[in-house]
Amino acid sequence: MTRADANDVPRPDAQLHFGVFFQGVNHWTIWSDPSSGSQIDPATFLRVARTAERGLFDAFFLGDGLRLRESEGGIHELDVAGRPDSIVQLSALAAATERIGLVSTSNTTFNEPGDLARRLAGLDLLSGGRAGWNVVTTHNAWTGENFRRGGFLDHADRYRRAEEFLSLARAVWNGWAEGAVAGSADARSWSVPGAVGRVRSRTDLFDVDLAPTLPRSAQGHPVIFQAGDSGEGRDFAARNADVIFSAHGTDFDDALAFAEDIRRRLRAAGRPEDALRILPGTEIIIGATEKEAEEKARWVRLGQVTPQVALGIASRLWGFDLSGRDADGPLPAEDPVVAAYDGKFGTRQLGETLDTVAEWRAKADANGWSLRETVIELGPQRGHVGTPAGLAEKFARFVRHGAIDGFNVSPYLVPDGLDDIVELLVPELQERGVYRTAYTGTTLREHLGLAPVA
Amino acid sequence: MPRPALHLAVEIDGDGAHPAAWRRAAHSPGELLTPRRLAGVAAVAENAGFTLVTLDDSILPPGPVNGPASDPVGRIGAVERAAFVAASTSVLGVAPVVATTYAEPFHVSSQLASLDHVSAGRAGWVVGVEEDPAAARAWGRPVVEGADALAREARDGLRVVRDLWDSWEDDAVIRSVATSRYLDRSRLHAIDFTGETYSVKGPSIVPRPPQGRPVVLARPGLVPAGLADVALVGGATPAEAGEAAAAAGAPLAFAEIEVALDTPGETARERIADLERYAPWEGGPDRLRYTGSAAGLVDLLTELGGHVDGVRLRPLVLDEDLAVLSRLVLPELFVRRIAARPLPGTTLRTSLGLPRPLSRFTTDAAAALVEEETR
Ligand SMILES: Cc1cc2nc3c(=O)[nH]c(=O)nc-3n(C[C@H](O)[C@H](O)[C@H](O)COP(=O)(O)O)c2cc1C
Repeated sequence: MTRADANDVPRPDAQLHFGVFFQGVNHWTIWSDPSSGSQIDPATFLRVARTAERGLFDAFFLGDGLRLRESEGGIHELDVAGRPDSIVQLSALAAATERIGLVSTSNTTFNEPGDLARRLAGLDLLSGGRAGWNVVTTHNAWTGENFRRGGFLDHADRYRRAEEFLSLARAVWNGWAEGAVAGSADARSWSVPGAVGRVRSRTDLFDVDLAPTLPRSAQGHPVIFQAGDSGEGRDFAARNADVIFSAHGTDFDDALAFAEDIRRRLRAAGRPEDALRILPGTEIIIGATEKEAEEKARWVRLGQVTPQVALGIASRLWGFDLSGRDADGPLPAEDPVVAAYDGKFGTRQLGETLDTVAEWRAKADANGWSLRETVIELGPQRGHVGTPAGLAEKFARFVRHGAIDGFNVSPYLVPDGLDDIVELLVPELQERGVYRTAYTGTTLREHLGLAPVA
Repeated sequence: MPRPALHLAVEIDGDGAHPAAWRRAAHSPGELLTPRRLAGVAAVAENAGFTLVTLDDSILPPGPVNGPASDPVGRIGAVERAAFVAASTSVLGVAPVVATTYAEPFHVSSQLASLDHVSAGRAGWVVGVEEDPAAARAWGRPVVEGADALAREARDGLRVVRDLWDSWEDDAVIRSVATSRYLDRSRLHAIDFTGETYSVKGPSIVPRPPQGRPVVLARPGLVPAGLADVALVGGATPAEAGEAAAAAGAPLAFAEIEVALDTPGETARERIADLERYAPWEGGPDRLRYTGSAAGLVDLLTELGGHVDGVRLRPLVLDEDLAVLSRLVLPELFVRRIAARPLPGTTLRTSLGLPRPLSRFTTDAAAALVEEETR
C-alpha cells in the first residue's frame, strides 16, 4: 500500500509521530536480560534519548508515581522501580540533546501551580522550547501519605483541581508580555515597567497571588499531554490538551473508535478536530520475518511475565494472595474475592470481576493453558509484532485512517530497545512517506505540527 | 598525600552579587534566562577550578516587580538550572538553594537525589528559607510566621529529605533473576516521620543517591548543627569567620565573601561606584567583603585557610570578576597549594573530604560487611 491508493483514505498525507516512553516503574521492561542496563544511571537515559533523537522522534517521555507500589503486605519486589524526578532528569537531558521534546508526567493533586508551572517553564527555556507536561490526576490517600496535605482530595474533585491548576499554570506562562525585558544595559530598569503581570486566583481550591519569573519560551509554553481514560478525563483532554497519551493503540477498530470519540468531544468543546494528537502507548517487536517476530514476541512475553509476575497479576484479579502457587499449573480453583478498592495500585482497573475470571477459565480449559500461559495470552495486550515492512504498512493505515497520530513507544529493553525501531522501522515508514526525514522545526510544538499558542 | 585545605565555591545566580550587576554583564539583559548563558558561566567556573557552584532561588522574583528598583525579576528555578549545569559540566559540584518552608519535602528529596544521580555524585543542597509572606501567597499556602516556625519547617524538611535519601539502602536493587525479584523489600524503609505540622510515610521513589546523601550546606542556626555537612558562616574578619566556624559545629565551615576585583580596565572601586549610581550594594549581614586586586584576594584567602575549611565567593559581576578569578586568583591558589581543583571522577563529598554516609536504616550486619570490604 503506497501513495497509489492515497485517495481512498481520509488523511493521505498524515504523518506518524513517535515518542519514547521511558517507563520507570513497570514489569514490561525485561530487567533480567543481560543486556538490560541500569534504570537510574544517567547514561541510560541519555542513550535512549539520543537514539530516539537519531530516529527523529517527537518526544522523550517520563511517567510519574509518588509512592512505591505495595503487594502482599510489603513493597512490591518484582518490577522495575525507583526513578528520578522527571523535571530534574529532563533538565539534564535538555543540555545533552538538541531537538527531541522532553515530556514530564506531573500530577496536579500533589503539586502547587505556582511551583510546578515555574519548573516546567524553566525546562522549556533551558531546552529552547522542547518541554511537555503530561497532566495526571492521581488522587488516592495512599499517595497522600507522602505529602503535607495527606489524602485531601475527593475523587470527584480531581479533574476540577486539574482544570483550575492548568489554567493557573497557563496564566503563569503568559504572565510576561512579549519584549518584557530591556534591550540594553542602560534602560531604566531590567524589565519594561508594567510588562510583568500578576497571577491571582481565589477559589475554594486555590488561593494564589504571584508574580511569574519567566518569559515565554520559543514554543510559547509547554505542550499539554493528558493521560486518563474516563469520560471526565477525555473531556478534560478535549478542552485542554494538545496530545492524548491513550491506551487504545493495538486494535485498529478500538483505536478508531477512541479517536472518533475524542473528535466528538473536541467539537463539543468548540475546538477543531485537528487540534489534538492521539499517541497511544505501545510496544513494538520487530523480526526479519513474521515467524522470527512471533518468536521474539514469545521471548519478550516470557521475560515480562515470569511465574512470579503471573501469580502477582492473578492475585490482583482474584483478590487474594496466590504467591507460592504453581504458575505452570492450572488456574486457582477458588472463586475470586472482589476486594474493595484500596487505592494502592494507582491506575488499577476496577472492572476485573467474576466475568473476567470465568472467561479466563473457559479459554484456559479450551486451550490447555497454565496460569502463566493464560496471563500471557489474556492479560493486558501490549502492542505490535511484525516485520519492518509489515509494521510500516499497518501503521500507515492506522494513521491515514485517523485512528492514531502516532505512538508513545515503550521499549521492552533499556537502553537498547529502540535501536531496531530506529534502524529498521523508521526507514520503511519514511519510504512510505508517512514519517519525517528530518526535523523541520526546533520546538516540540513544531514537531507535533500544532498551531502556535495564541 | 594530604589535600590542600581551602575549598572554593562560587555563587552564580543572576549576573552577580550586586543588584545592578546586569548593567555590566557581557550579554543583553534578556540573555540572562537562556541555556547558552547558563552553560557559559558554568564552563568558566569549572575551567577555573572551582569545586562547587551554588544557585540562589525563591519562588518570588529576585527583584521587586514593577517596583522603584531596577533589578532583574526573572529567574529559572535553581533545581532545573543545577540539573542543566550538571549535564553540561563534568567535575563541578552543583548546589541549588531550596527552601522547605512551603515546598513538599517529598518532592525536594526526590529532586536533590535525582540531581545527585544526573551529576554522578556532584550534588549539594543549600538549605534555604522563604521569609517573605508573599512566598506563602505564591505557593497558595498559609504563612509560616516567625523565626521559630521558619526554623521548624527548615529542620523538619531537612530531616524528611535526609531520611528519604536513606530509605533505599545502597543495595536495595538486587535484580535477582533466580527469584524474579528486582528489589529486596527488606532494604527499603518507611521513614514514618511525624512532625508538629505534618507526617511523611516513605520510602522514596528514587534509589539512594550516589553520594548516599548530597552535601548539605546551611547557615548556622537555621537547622541543627548535626544535620548539615557545611556551615556557611559570616564574620567581618578572618578571625571572626574562624570563630563562627568553630561555633557552628558542622564537619566543615565555609566563609561567605563578597568580592569585587580590579579588572584590566578599571579598579574594583570604580566598578562598584558605577553600579552604586543605580543601587547600593548592601550585601549580607557581617559578611567579609573584599575590594581590590587579585593579589590581595589571594593573600586574604591564604589567611582564611587558617581559619575555615572553605569559602563561598559572591562576585560583584559574574562576567567580570569570574574572569579575573579564573586568570589570576585561582591559579595562584593552586600554585601555592592553598586550594586544589576537584579531580575528575570524584564525588563532591570526596572533593570536600567528607565520608560517604551509610543509610541510617542499614542493619548492623550490612554495616559490618561494608566495613570488612573497605578494610
Ligand atoms: C496511558 C496512560 C498513562 C498514564 N500514566 C500515568 C503516570 O505516569 N502517572 C500517574 O500518576 N498516572 C498515570 N495515568 C493515570 C491517569 O492520570 C489517571 O489518574 C487515571 O487514568 C485515572 O483517571 P481516569 O479515571 O480519567 O482514567 C496514566 C493513564 C493512562 C491511560
